[in-house]
Amino acid sequence: MGGEKDKMSAKVDQWKERKKAQASYTLKTIWKSRVQYAFLFPYALLFTVFFITPVVISIFYSFTYYNVLNPPEFIGLQNYINLILADDVFLISVQNTFLLAVITGPVGYIMSFLFAWLIHELPRFLRSIFVLVFFAPSIGVNMFMLFGTLFSSDSYGWANAYLMDWGIKSQVTYWLTDPAYMMGVVIIVVLWMSLGNGFLSFIAGLQTISQDQYEAGYVDGIKNRWQELWFITLPNMKPMLLFGAVMAITQSFSVGEVANALCGFPSTDYAASTVVTHLMDYGSLRFDMGYASAIATILFLAMILSKKAVGAMLNKVGT
Amino acid sequence: MSILKKRKPNRSRWGDLFVYLVLLIFGWFFILPLLYAVNSAFKPLDEIFLFPPRLWVSKPTLDNFADLFVLMGKTWVPFTRYIFNTVFITVVGTLGHLLVSSMAAYVLSKYKFPGGKAFFTIVVTALMFTPQVMAIPNYLVMTKLGWVNTYWSIIVPAFAAPIGLFLMKQFMEQIPDVLIEAAKVDGAKEVRIYFRIVMPLVKPASLTLSIFSILNLWNTRASNFIYNEELKTLPYALSQIVSGGQIARAGVSAAVTLFILIVPLLFFIFAQSSIIETMASSGIKE
Repeated sequence: MGGEKDKMSAKVDQWKERKKAQASYTLKTIWKSRVQYAFLFPYALLFTVFFITPVVISIFYSFTYYNVLNPPEFIGLQNYINLILADDVFLISVQNTFLLAVITGPVGYIMSFLFAWLIHELPRFLRSIFVLVFFAPSIGVNMFMLFGTLFSSDSYGWANAYLMDWGIKSQVTYWLTDPAYMMGVVIIVVLWMSLGNGFLSFIAGLQTISQDQYEAGYVDGIKNRWQELWFITLPNMKPMLLFGAVMAITQSFSVGEVANALCGFPSTDYAASTVVTHLMDYGSLRFDMGYASAIATILFLAMILSKKAVGAMLNKVGT
Repeated sequence: MSILKKRKPNRSRWGDLFVYLVLLIFGWFFILPLLYAVNSAFKPLDEIFLFPPRLWVSKPTLDNFADLFVLMGKTWVPFTRYIFNTVFITVVGTLGHLLVSSMAAYVLSKYKFPGGKAFFTIVVTALMFTPQVMAIPNYLVMTKLGWVNTYWSIIVPAFAAPIGLFLMKQFMEQIPDVLIEAAKVDGAKEVRIYFRIVMPLVKPASLTLSIFSILNLWNTRASNFIYNEELKTLPYALSQIVSGGQIARAGVSAAVTLFILIVPLLFFIFAQSSIIETMASSGIKE
């Protein structure tokens, strides 16, 4: 028995020593990287104060009842239970957000890359003009409000006026108040706004690919622009593709203001309600910050999951 | 002939034609609201209320701008103060953001050190948290720091916006390690490598980052943290002018839309053309 105990304690000692060695090794590498930490420090400090802290506090609020005036009151999972079991509007919102994410996410992403790539094919003097043309929807704050006029519900709205002029329809369509059309209009507008940050990063990324690689490609017998795209351009663009993907995910999951501004709030039968409009309802109208934070946390988890999935897919590009 | 000679050898003529066609057709759809905003600013009142609305202005006038400048002269705080506030916030915020996030991005992309990878993952993840619910916790942080009613409440958080670090890191990853190794052999210190080698190579990324930052800060209303009239921003002041009369000031409102757009628009054009110019011949070479 005693022998076994000794063996055990010897093992424990060994393990302790190994841990110690590892720790001192880590400390050594940390000390060696002190210049790197110094470079990182200003960002890390500000990021912790202004981003991590608020996110952590919000996630904490999601387990409380908090009406902004009184201190938060811990209620466990009650907010989450109410959301899933007792909130019909939340279910509609989840469906709509899911629809928006599945359509505008991938389509917006592919459009961003495709247009960036096509613009890159143009002669140099035309490129910056076309970048402006396609980025125009994101350059002003409320550019999309023109769609309110375009899809106006009377016979003077452009869409109605043309459809009736051409004899396709005989009466006006309530684009922004009829549940059958509302989400369709929102999807079109979101797609129209999807050439944003991701698009610009693609434009800049395409510009940094070295000309030598393309010239080597001509020599190696790359026959057309499609082969060039797949074998040279895309593999070189991997970091920007990941950036664009994350942008597409955040944009497509957080559609809210567009739906509110076009279809009104609350929209007819909540048919254009999204997770973010639901969140704004509780956060800024009903002052139930705990509930709003629970909605934000669920949305956060959904985005993290889809980012994981997209990241796995992107690893296969250009192989 | 010179244009024809410059054509890339593996491009078909029909393909080029197709590219132009696609870009022209879709481009129209994307530029439409900007054209509408520009035209509206020059429309007299009767054309603004014309229904159905027309895109092009038929009797252009500068009346809307004249009205806007008269209203600007009547504000309680001199209007130049609002302009100064927004310019100050935008310039300091963008420069600080560029410096702070690219420094962090440099070490995260080019070195392995304990905690680096985990930190980057956290930054990218934070990008996905809905900002609306962060307003109250942010306010608490600002109160603790005593920054309510100061420029810093807008400027300093902008330094650490996750999107900037993410963008810069993705571009710096493309820089070949050989370049940095060679500089080290020559005896260059990290600070020098960062300023002299890394930053010039990622100029397209820095310009793109500046576009993001300027669009964001220029349009900020800053109404969450700033209550002093002297410290309010330009978009806030302009929205006050417009809300003075929804119908009567529709013309002024159109002028405001264009007025607030000018600076971001000019910077965008400048940045895009220099992105295309600077890297035209070099690219990042091994």
